[in-house]
Amino acid sequence: MIIAVASGKGGTGKTTVAVNLALVLEKVDFFDSDVEEPNAHLFLKPDIKITSEVAVPVPVIDAGNCTGCGKCAEVCAYHALAVIPHPGKKSQVLVFPHLCHACGACSLLCPAGAIREEARNIGVIEEGECGNIRFLHGKMNVGEVLSPTIIRRLKGKVRPDAVTIIDAPPGTSCPVVAAIRGVDFCVLVTEPTPFGLHDLTLAVDVVRQMKIPFGVVINRAGLGNDAAEDYCRAEKIPVLAKILFDREIAVRYSTGDTLADKSPEMAKIFTELYQNICQVKNEADRCS
Amino acid sequence: MKQIVVLSGKGGTGKTVMTGALAALVDNKVMVDCDVDAADLHLLLTPKVVERHEFKSGKKARIDERACVRCGRCLEVCRFGAVTKKLFIDMSSCEGCGLCARVCPAAAITMEENLCGEWFVSETRFGTMVHARLGIGEENSGKLVAQIRQKAKEIAKEAFRDWVIIDGPPGIGCPVMASLSGVDAVLLVTEPSCSGLHDAGRVIDLGKHFKVPVQLVVNKWDINPAVTEQIEKYCTENGVAVAGRLPFDRAVVNAVIQGRTIMEGESLGLKAEIIKIWAHLKGAIS
Repeated sequence: MIIAVASGKGGTGKTTVAVNLALVLEKVDFFDSDVEEPNAHLFLKPDIKITSEVAVPVPVIDAGNCTGCGKCAEVCAYHALAVIPHPGKKSQVLVFPHLCHACGACSLLCPAGAIREEARNIGVIEEGECGNIRFLHGKMNVGEVLSPTIIRRLKGKVRPDAVTIIDAPPGTSCPVVAAIRGVDFCVLVTEPTPFGLHDLTLAVDVVRQMKIPFGVVINRAGLGNDAAEDYCRAEKIPVLAKILFDREIAVRYSTGDTLADKSPEMAKIFTELYQNICQVKNEADRCS
Repeated sequence: MKQIVVLSGKGGTGKTVMTGALAALVDNKVMVDCDVDAADLHLLLTPKVVERHEFKSGKKARIDERACVRCGRCLEVCRFGAVTKKLFIDMSSCEGCGLCARVCPAAAITMEENLCGEWFVSETRFGTMVHARLGIGEENSGKLVAQIRQKAKEIAKEAFRDWVIIDGPPGIGCPVMASLSGVDAVLLVTEPSCSGLHDAGRVIDLGKHFKVPVQLVVNKWDINPAVTEQIEKYCTENGVAVAGRLPFDRAVVNAVIQGRTIMEGESLGLKAEIIKIWAHLKGAIS
């Protein structure tokens, strides 16, 4: 089973929930797919064994064969190629690698066969372990934009039969969709504030549209109001766990400390969370 | 006219609370909410929409089943996994490159304009605000950010406003870069945790990349004073000025629940800190 932990709003506790769920499951594959700002490694402190570059193919113009026809710039939907006319001489083609989505249209459609592709690194995937947890995360280079590409590559390393936890990025746009596509269950973490509730409703729209079974974890319960719980009740969304606000938890988080392996009470919350996930998932399977 | 963007790297550190406070404090400005896929500033500023615009960007492929000869060439060339084995387009994977339409021997694929969101010009009790709503699971958030920032700049110029104050998205990806390009300063709001430090570091690198000065605020600093000092030291060593600190205070949550900024809230201490932070930021820019 692949379980994604997502939220809409940032900072609601995705990483806390994902990491501590992994700790109670013990034998599990953990993927941090927040490749813009990966944080789970700060808590799980994995021993990284393999680092691999994530590269995308970008066009390189063979000036000798290029006829300056401009077909490449015409077919590029991202304006990553521009043709500079030189009166009386052959036009010159400029490539802007940061705009390139690596679709391959220019190289495939160049009538002179003058475009080859060269790998350009946009980030890394690191793989290691901490105890029985197989740990992987992606890390996008600063200044890059193709986070969904890194997320897709990272998810290519999911093993079909392993229990897998995916820590998703915040928001509701393409990186989140890339992270949660194809998962079996999605845990949406919220906090009991108007911001938390508003962004939860957006996240619910995403998982419903993608037809992924889901439930909600209310983090920092007590610091805020009951609106998120009322919403879940009205929408018949299962609340899988509630984690009470405790300044002590915030302090432990701040130092990179984990919870479930340190206190039996916390272990119980996350063990029950997993049981609730399995139960809701089973019910969803029966209904479909 | 000067532009300031509030960023954090890590989500949930208090960007919107800070932007809301500046909206209440700073005179003669336009506000922009650039967190277009999970916008929250409107919950504090309760805008009345005066202009509504569709946001169309990029294209999506559509296969005409009647014309399709089921050769599978589209599936072969698509690098985004957007053509399913049954030769349907998975809309949320399609990046609109148009290669499938160009290679289809039956001309069965058309590229259709993609309506991916809406944007608004609104009036609030603190002045004009430009904001947006990106459709669920859509891309092109960077372009939508660029669009609303352009509009805010136009309004600011026409009305002789002194400031454009931008609530930024989390992360360091395309909407963040679109929020950051061409601004006069970044106000980096972080929290005293190892994640806060790690993510702030990546925003500082991004600021360097775009040659934009960055000013730091540690929110909830008293949750871990030692980490707060560590973050401030890291910033000072990396050319980032420390504009101030905000303590952990339930008054923040109470204000948010009432749909108010912290400048309209119950904590005098918080208000005093915000005034100091703004004085620092303003002094550094002008």
